[in-house]
Amino acid sequence: MAPLLVFLLIIGGLFVIAVGIYNGLVVLRNRVDNAWSQVDVQLKRRYDLIPNLVETVKGYAKHESGVFQNVTEARAKAIAVGTVKDQGAAETQLTGALKSLFAVAEAYPDLKANQNFLMLQEELAGTESKIAYARQFYNDQVMKFNQKQQVFPSNIIAGMFHFQTKEYFVIEEPAAKEPVKVSF
Amino acid sequence: MYEQIAANKRKSFILVTFFLVLIFALAAVLAELAGMGRTGLVAALVIAGGLSMVSYYGSDNITLAISKARPATKEEFPHLYNVVEGLALAAGVPAPRCYVIDDTAPNAFATGHDPKNAVICVTTGLLEKMNRVELEGVVAHEMSHIKNLDIRLMTLTVVMIGVVALLSDWIMRTFWWGGGRRRSGNDKNGAGAIFLVVGLVLAILSPIIAQLIRLAISRKREFLADASGAMLTRYPAGLASALRKIAADPEPLEAANKATAHLYIANPLLDHKGAINKLFSTHPPIEERIAALEKM
Repeated sequence: MAPLLVFLLIIGGLFVIAVGIYNGLVVLRNRVDNAWSQVDVQLKRRYDLIPNLVETVKGYAKHESGVFQNVTEARAKAIAVGTVKDQGAAETQLTGALKSLFAVAEAYPDLKANQNFLMLQEELAGTESKIAYARQFYNDQVMKFNQKQQVFPSNIIAGMFHFQTKEYFVIEEPAAKEPVKVSF
Repeated sequence: MYEQIAANKRKSFILVTFFLVLIFALAAVLAELAGMGRTGLVAALVIAGGLSMVSYYGSDNITLAISKARPATKEEFPHLYNVVEGLALAAGVPAPRCYVIDDTAPNAFATGHDPKNAVICVTTGLLEKMNRVELEGVVAHEMSHIKNLDIRLMTLTVVMIGVVALLSDWIMRTFWWGGGRRRSGNDKNGAGAIFLVVGLVLAILSPIIAQLIRLAISRKREFLADASGAMLTRYPAGLASALRKIAADPEPLEAANKATAHLYIANPLLDHKGAINKLFSTHPPIEERIAALEKM
């Protein structure tokens, strides 16, 4: 009788542990999803600010159509894209396009004095700051989830129930990768 | 950074456990002395706890009123709002309300036992004297206190100290007046007397031990908040630089007093240094905090 009881207790204990691990994985995965939705909120804010910005700059620099097209296309792509990795690439491209737009605006002093333009520039800068913070938090949550998903023994449960590894959200500074050119 | 955070959490847990053991010991001594049995004991703990819950829930408003803080509007302090909102995103907590104290001494504190009802307060002196990375470091430190539920921990600690004080008091009174109620004749006099002496020593020393434990917990949580804040900004040098500036500033904060001093990021009363003072200080020495930050 006794060995059977011990056996049942061991099985029961293992079951409780497994449930604990599974629930832990679910909680961490939900945190990752929630963190991503926070990033999404900030990204959408950026998308909403851009059309107004493009119109304002167009009012002063109609013929710089190449730059406007780049920004509009990059924005449309960023809105449409699905996975985290693609989003990172699209956002990098959009950041680059916006940089070109602001560089062009430098040549028009009237534009630089325009109140609307200044306000939009300020808001965009604020939004990019918030995107950076939200992205940091998202990546932290991804790390915690991936860790639990990969470590033994929780990786067994993760494998059994198909918990996928989450991707990090990476926005690159394109200029930072290029070698610095110094010319006098 | 991560190791420091884990180590601090462990140390706080050990300290709090020690606290609970102390309370249990005192309660047992009291029950023995007064012959009250378990119901009396539970009643004592419930009364002590109940009285303290009132102060627990009213604490943030009282703190703000004592410190002469006023709400900070977004129009008046846009820079502060941006920093607070950004770091709240990084910490994954709702953005706390911002309050401001009109004082040239640079300092800051956070209050609120729940991240949903939290408040961060800074002095106008801090806003003037710190640059962007330093302000971010200070706000990140305060945000970490909110996120790590330090305010809740410290309030509970104060509650526990109240319980310890009450129990010690009752033990002393029972011993003094309650000669007849003690169980007589049954216990062998030797063991009974030793128990009595140990119980009394414990009762006399407990309030001091409790205060020392509270101060030790407070210091550990300050280190933890420094480390967590560094993780939020990913830039420990910012807070280190801010602490250096605050340490160099000779002005005491007028609105602070002994009751609220422990809440601020740096001791606002500028008490003198010394080994005994270190034990009784709510904050670790600033040099140690700066050194720990630079090691990250």
